[in-house]
Amino acid sequence: MDHAPTTLIGDALNRVDGPAKVTGTAMYAGDYKIEGGISEGYIVEAPVGPGRITKLDVSAAENADGVIAVLTYRNAPAQKPYGTPEDEGRFTQSHAVLENDQVRHFGEPVALVVAETLEQARYAASLIEIEIEPGEGVYNPLEHRDQEEQPESVDGLSEVDTYEGDFDAEFAGSDFTVEASYFTGAQHSAAMEPHVTVAQWDGEKLTIHMAIQIIASAVSAFANTLGIDEENIRIISPFTGGGFGSKLGVHNEAILAALAAKHCGCAVRVAQTRRNVFANGPHRSRHLQELKLGAGKDGKLKAIRHYSLASMARNYPFAEAPASPTRASYSANAIHTIHRVVKADIPKVDSMRAPGEAIGTLTFETAIDELAEKCGIDPVEFRLINEPQADPTSGDDFASRRLVECIRTGAEKFGWSGRVKPGSRREGRKLIGHGMAVAIRPNTLSPASAEVSLTADGRLTARLDMTDIGTGSYTILTQIAAETLSIPADRITMELGDSSFPTTAGSGGSFGAASSGSALFDACNSLKSALGERLAQAGVTANAFTIKGEKIVAGDREIALADILDQDGLQAEGSVDPDNHGNGKAEYSYGVQFAEVEVDADTGELRVRRMVGVFDAGRILNRKTARSQLMGGMIFGIGGALLEESLVDDRYGSFMNRDFAEYHIAVNRDVPDLDVNMLDGYSKGSNPLGSKGIGELGICGAGPAIANAVYEATGVRVRKFPIHLEDVLDQLPAL
Amino acid sequence: MYPLHLTVNGTAHDVEVDPRRSLLDLVRETLNLKGPKKGCDHGQCGACTMIVNGRRINSCLSLALSHEGDEVTTVEGLADGEELHPLQQAFVEEDAFQCGICTSGQLCSAAALIDEIKEGLPSVVTGQDPVELNDEEIRERMSGNLCRCGAYNNIVEAIRSAAGEQR
Repeated sequence: MDHAPTTLIGDALNRVDGPAKVTGTAMYAGDYKIEGGISEGYIVEAPVGPGRITKLDVSAAENADGVIAVLTYRNAPAQKPYGTPEDEGRFTQSHAVLENDQVRHFGEPVALVVAETLEQARYAASLIEIEIEPGEGVYNPLEHRDQEEQPESVDGLSEVDTYEGDFDAEFAGSDFTVEASYFTGAQHSAAMEPHVTVAQWDGEKLTIHMAIQIIASAVSAFANTLGIDEENIRIISPFTGGGFGSKLGVHNEAILAALAAKHCGCAVRVAQTRRNVFANGPHRSRHLQELKLGAGKDGKLKAIRHYSLASMARNYPFAEAPASPTRASYSANAIHTIHRVVKADIPKVDSMRAPGEAIGTLTFETAIDELAEKCGIDPVEFRLINEPQADPTSGDDFASRRLVECIRTGAEKFGWSGRVKPGSRREGRKLIGHGMAVAIRPNTLSPASAEVSLTADGRLTARLDMTDIGTGSYTILTQIAAETLSIPADRITMELGDSSFPTTAGSGGSFGAASSGSALFDACNSLKSALGERLAQAGVTANAFTIKGEKIVAGDREIALADILDQDGLQAEGSVDPDNHGNGKAEYSYGVQFAEVEVDADTGELRVRRMVGVFDAGRILNRKTARSQLMGGMIFGIGGALLEESLVDDRYGSFMNRDFAEYHIAVNRDVPDLDVNMLDGYSKGSNPLGSKGIGELGICGAGPAIANAVYEATGVRVRKFPIHLEDVLDQLPAL
Repeated sequence: MYPLHLTVNGTAHDVEVDPRRSLLDLVRETLNLKGPKKGCDHGQCGACTMIVNGRRINSCLSLALSHEGDEVTTVEGLADGEELHPLQQAFVEEDAFQCGICTSGQLCSAAALIDEIKEGLPSVVTGQDPVELNDEEIRERMSGNLCRCGAYNNIVEAIRSAAGEQR
């Protein structure tokens, strides 16, 4: 080719939005200025819940300096009842707030103070007097096992429970077994940008700037909550400061901003404080997980049973599926997976990065490690022995599965030399442990659409309502367009995050890049065909062409774009329909994680010293941003294994550690050298791009690799997560 | 409201300020510089980091009125016109951010960190020898700037690379 495109899919292109982000000019939701000014809303939370408001005196607040209004259930604009219509599902159902005198859970807003400045609103909020008559609440699922029930559905899976094979017989016939209960703590996504929404009404029209992962379902949520037409709602969200599941749907500040803007007749911003986020944003439920595993003398798995119990927030149907990885990781004669919930009077429970796998691999992969040890088989070898030929639960063929290659590559890169006797690997007063675990995460494709426009100046503009929450959407979409149309990346403008653009699935569930990317790929191919026709009409027949400046170059011919394009350029639309892909095959991304930890023999302090990850995510769309996402996932996994837990006060159903001083995410010095590797690949049939999901894969397996390393270092099998030094301290081997 | 005179990114400002207003809210809301971010408002995340008279601070923890006459630098003041600061360029090259919300704080923190090392100021990981810019020093000194996307290793690379360029 004479004019090879400068940017290809897979290239390590720097983020195209990088300059905006490093200069502070990228506009996040809380950064918008609106002509005429923005009033500030401050949330007043219920101190307890459930309960009934018996006193709510806002008179002092209303009379405070700068206060425009105090919104309560008495004066809030009308809304559809919370949770309706029920068949809509959790993202699009009514998210009504300030409905009546009933409080569902602690931290729920009971008032919103709107003032000219934040300082005024915050002060006025302190003047509000609230009394609540507490009701009987269910907070801890483990204390209410009599109320456990099968949820109607679980996140990301078609079946709530699966029962393959005769578990009891296979377990009884096993030579080696593991039977253990695990506790995984509640957690918060804790994106660095707290939830924030700016709302403005112009007659019937509502304009929203908000931090959100999926725009289309947020439009429906506003429509269903406020009882208005979707056509009258526009959501703008070009940059979102991290999501990790917490911004999949709309939360209380969003509805409050819309209500307050209507009530006050002015633009209103409601930014959740960091403390608000822990009660007014979603969280991952604490889970009880029970595992029963059995294997023969040869190390072949015979029986697997994985039971999970979690909280489901009342009237908010979401249940995480920790047994998801258990269904697809290994071959076994019997695999039973069961998910149960107890409905609780707590803030929303929803997806947190790698729902299912993050905490499911944490327990399952540590139990597998334990079983391998009982069988006297190296954990690497044990996994190879139990590699399935088809999906163990559904029986479907795998679309593409290169887990064995990941494991072998990872073992070599890490320098895995087999297990040593726990507590025997030492450096001075440090106990050193090695551990490994596999990563698995379902790969999905969702409907999406896109439009592109090429103008005579040689510039391409693409529009999708896709979001970029740090995932690199702007960049990989630019690469897809650049390669498909042979146009330089710097001539492409990617416009995202606006509900007036073609609908995509947004960012979540690791489906964002494949779904929006495939739609854009289709749009670019349509545009390419249309350009080919225009060229043919101009007497140029070409199999390939390149867009260079204001010209189109085909072989030795150069034609001005202006000569073949219409006045307003040339437009094309594209889409992807998941029904046309997948072919009924089992779709997963895979990986392996190896970790080395050190445990201080005197204090029990746990540190991760290095990690190696090898991942099979099909075709990599950008080596640089993909590596970053996987690395970020591994760091998230360190948090899950050793740091992060939202502690519940079971007397009140409240979270106790609602800030970064007490909810510990990994900081820079908590993170060691991370060796991140991706297998070159192309997952044919997964989607038109051949890619697989990557955003959550890095977490999967990271935690259990660390936990297994902690075991080798100390000889202690900790069955609660996160693992803290006090969990190992009194059991450390003597030096 | 009380009068305040301060300089932000080389521009002098005379403003009337609510005594409750933090330096962060002053810069973001009064002066309309949206680069610094509010991640926690409690000095726990570092997204609001600014450089005041050569030292990095959490601007959310500092009342605006306590900065009479001070010289403040925010992320908007790092670049030289269109020319990115070496740290900004290095952050782009090393992919030292994902969502970008902590980035302005990371950059201000990193810029001040490089100066701290040059001045020989020790940290908790500094031994008996003179302080030098190594990964452990960078990691320790950047641990007040949280990044939930997990760009830490790339941040370390970017700071090392930019500091090398500046030497």
